[in-house]
Amino acid sequence: MTLHDPNYNFAYLDEQTKRMIRRALLKALAIPGYQVPFASREMPMPYGWGTGGVQVTAACLTPEDTLKVIDQGADDTTNAVSIRKFFQRTAGVAVTEQTAQASVIQTRHRIPETPLIEGQILVYQVPIPEPLRFLEPRETETRRMHALEEYGLMHVKLYEDIAHNGEISTAYAYPVKVEGRYVMDPSPIPKFDNPKLESAAIQLFGAGREQRIYALPPYCRVTSLDFEDHPFEASKADHDCDLCGCATSYLDEVIVDDAGGRMFVCSDTDFCTGRREGGHRGRLSPEDMA
Amino acid sequence: MYVAVKGGERAIDAAHDWLAEERRGDPAIPELSIAQIREQMALAVNRVMAEGSLYDPDLAALAIKQARGDLIEAIFLIRAYRTTLPRFGASKPLDTAAMRCDRRISATFKDAPGGQVLGPTFDYTHRLLDFALAAEGEAPVARQGDPVAGDTPRIMDFLNADGLIQQEPPSDDTPADLTREPLEFPAGRDLRLQALSRSDEGFVLGMAYSTQRGYGRNHPFVGELRIGAVEVVMDIPELGFDICIGEVTLTECETVNQFTGSKSEPAQFTRGYGLVFGQSERKAISMALVDRALRWDELGEEDVGAPAQDAEFVLAHGDNIQATGFLEHIKLPHYVDFQSELELVRRMRREAMGEMKEAAQ
Repeated sequence: MTLHDPNYNFAYLDEQTKRMIRRALLKALAIPGYQVPFASREMPMPYGWGTGGVQVTAACLTPEDTLKVIDQGADDTTNAVSIRKFFQRTAGVAVTEQTAQASVIQTRHRIPETPLIEGQILVYQVPIPEPLRFLEPRETETRRMHALEEYGLMHVKLYEDIAHNGEISTAYAYPVKVEGRYVMDPSPIPKFDNPKLESAAIQLFGAGREQRIYALPPYCRVTSLDFEDHPFEASKADHDCDLCGCATSYLDEVIVDDAGGRMFVCSDTDFCTGRREGGHRGRLSPEDMA
Repeated sequence: MYVAVKGGERAIDAAHDWLAEERRGDPAIPELSIAQIREQMALAVNRVMAEGSLYDPDLAALAIKQARGDLIEAIFLIRAYRTTLPRFGASKPLDTAAMRCDRRISATFKDAPGGQVLGPTFDYTHRLLDFALAAEGEAPVARQGDPVAGDTPRIMDFLNADGLIQQEPPSDDTPADLTREPLEFPAGRDLRLQALSRSDEGFVLGMAYSTQRGYGRNHPFVGELRIGAVEVVMDIPELGFDICIGEVTLTECETVNQFTGSKSEPAQFTRGYGLVFGQSERKAISMALVDRALRWDELGEEDVGAPAQDAEFVLAHGDNIQATGFLEHIKLPHYVDFQSELELVRRMRREAMGEMKEAAQ
């Protein structure tokens, strides 16, 4: 562990605020999928940049932790770099790009491909925590609907999708039901990642601007909403990774030339690097890599 | 080769360096001092203090300098700094009746005790560009007069004494604080006023203007608008008595609005209230109008469905730091989600085209 900037409290937030957030986290873990209001603070990065996740991470970090930060699955995207630097400066914790080495992982829009294990914490950045928000804009209404377990509107929406488009036309932030009770927004992860929501790790969701925290305790039952005759399907691009050859990881599509040429690569950069180091090759792997 | 997102760290550092250079501008031009901004951009400083919820003209001036004059960015800097400040306690309620008024006007009475004091206002200036300001000249000197002695009575109190305006029941409850507790609905008037006071000036202005144009009209008169310095008094437990810890300049606006009445209650005017840090009268008047519009329920009025009557709508969307953050975040990478939509749309198109082909055969 390196020293943190002495001008700030460990992990930036004062201890009082961290306690307040931890209380919300404990409540969230006790009621899986329930959105707990919390007095989100103004952070030195803008709302929408992950202030909820940053506050949750700050409340969880100890000096012994090893932190990994990803955005779009990658450790080197600009905002992941920025958040990682923030905690290096304010908490002085060790950082890693390897999923297996991390004790706390903050993510935006992805769940790592490498299965998480007991003792790890995955922190999600959440823009709109309310899965019913685009069906009912009023918070007073949606809270009532959750309280009464009144999810008919959501099923009608999914049904209408099928009626109009032949399938449920939600590709990310695909709603789930937690332990048969609360309908929850898994944050804007691609629906490919939904099956990974059942995990050995603790999963914490922080929405800063909307002032909500929710959680999935380890091994919690998480079901993607669907119909018997239209079962949920975790889809991805129908390709293999062009760098490591993986056929089962989520892929980014990259435009590589003016003629519209494409390549597909793992969105999880750590996973892809690990496979390439293990000798796996893809369609476009350089010859000298072997 | 695949390099699109590599080098994030170097790119960020380089962008910050370039930003710092741009902020300074041409180094041949003298640099602005914090004191210059504080003294000569006072209304911008006031806005940053009001919406930043932190009364400190020097820090606000620093934020404006650092933000290159982008006031929302400056407000953001102040808000983020505010998070790091410990809270020692709460002051006694401010006594705005004891305000040392620089400006005090009433639109409802031709004259009143304490008088109409125009103060430093743009109101009756002709908006002609003053090219003399482009040349640096002598500092202008205003003529001096004697300050009015004693407190300035509130116009509202005269109406109150006659029972002509609705009474506000006094309360010793600690007001809610949305910077410490999550904002939940329904929100009481204390919370609504706090939110409005911090809300974006343009947003509150637009909301207030909409009520004037008929979306929840409430017939406002400016009963009184006053601007001046007020003492901040705090009870220090260790001392066992109250002391003045400083003073703040405030703008307070009380509006007299459309009257209500019924068979049992004789007709009475109603009120709206605005209170903002600094000289911020556009904001204070707007706030009073929106406050009044949000009171439809307690005053037994009809919900006509106007945006300014909808507390959840107004309070959830008035904060410019929340709004600008969420709006601008869509420029962050979203390619993972976009990829999943891309695949979905491609598949749906493929299926639809297949069906159309079949139908054509």
